[in-house]
Amino acid sequence: MKKERKIAVIGDPGSVMIFKAIGLDVYYEEQGSMIEKRIHRLADDGYAVIYITEEAAQLVPEAIDYYTTATFPAIIPIPSTKGSLGLGMKRLKGNVEKAVGADILFKEG
Amino acid sequence: MATQVNPTRMELTRLKKRLVTAVRGHKLLKDKRDEMVRQFMLHIRRNHTLRIEVEKALQGVSTRFAMAKAQMGALRVSEALLYPARAAVYEVGMHNVMSVDVPTIRFSGDEDADTEIPYAFTFTSSSLDNAVVELSALLPKLLELAEVEKTCNLLADEIEKTRRRVNALEYVMIPEMQTNIKFITMKLAENERTATVRLMKAKDIMAKQEAAAQAARAAKQAG
Repeated sequence: MKKERKIAVIGDPGSVMIFKAIGLDVYYEEQGSMIEKRIHRLADDGYAVIYITEEAAQLVPEAIDYYTTATFPAIIPIPSTKGSLGLGMKRLKGNVEKAVGADILFKEG
Repeated sequence: MATQVNPTRMELTRLKKRLVTAVRGHKLLKDKRDEMVRQFMLHIRRNHTLRIEVEKALQGVSTRFAMAKAQMGALRVSEALLYPARAAVYEVGMHNVMSVDVPTIRFSGDEDADTEIPYAFTFTSSSLDNAVVELSALLPKLLELAEVEKTCNLLADEIEKTRRRVNALEYVMIPEMQTNIKFITMKLAENERTATVRLMKAKDIMAKQEAAAQAARAAKQAG
């Protein structure tokens, strides 16, 4: 079952402009409400992956949680130019805790 | 004993059947949960290493890009990147892990192929070229990260659900059914005993009456 699906990147221009060079669809959004709208629209359009800067992701936790249980799209936080906020790692730990009941893998981190 | 049950044989048979199904379901779900946790562990480890790698690499790309912007000016940079180089080559599909549909996103381009730079070199700095080349090299990892992270998300969710089911069966449904079955068997046995005692009592009374009648008849004959 192969379908034509695309990949998008959402964030501030400084962080995500470079993704244009490798052929991903780039959307510059910095306001919470706009990011949320953009995520929903992209999901409707059948995007497979949405990379979103951690800064932008922080503004729209509901929209991200909404798609956590769907197969598509996968919304993946990436660090912005200002460095990592640890949001991606936090999500990872959250998953471990959810599945195993305790953070047994990355205690040191 | 929370619920009211009818102490009948029919109810007992029904409950026994349900108990067998519940025990079987419990075992299956438990196995499913164990296997899912195993799969999850594999994926989450990969997710962890990938995330560290990708975050580090992206920071490198960001730094180079910021440098390019400083050297060339923001306008020139955005002009250079205005037109996308090529469509990223990847395949998207679905794949089933323990009855959870997870996405597969595979980079299908040639990893060693020279990166096409989408602009002419005249007005651009080498930092920008480096940033683009590094990012293209990172693309397969980025896609894998997306796939693995989504898989982990979905698996974690499903594991949680399965665990709830297993616990509900193990600690609520099965014990409840067992007590109900016990209650019905006891009740039935008790009923049986009552019936026996009643019969014995009736026999006794009848025997006494018979004896009394016989004694009366004997007295009549003698008198």
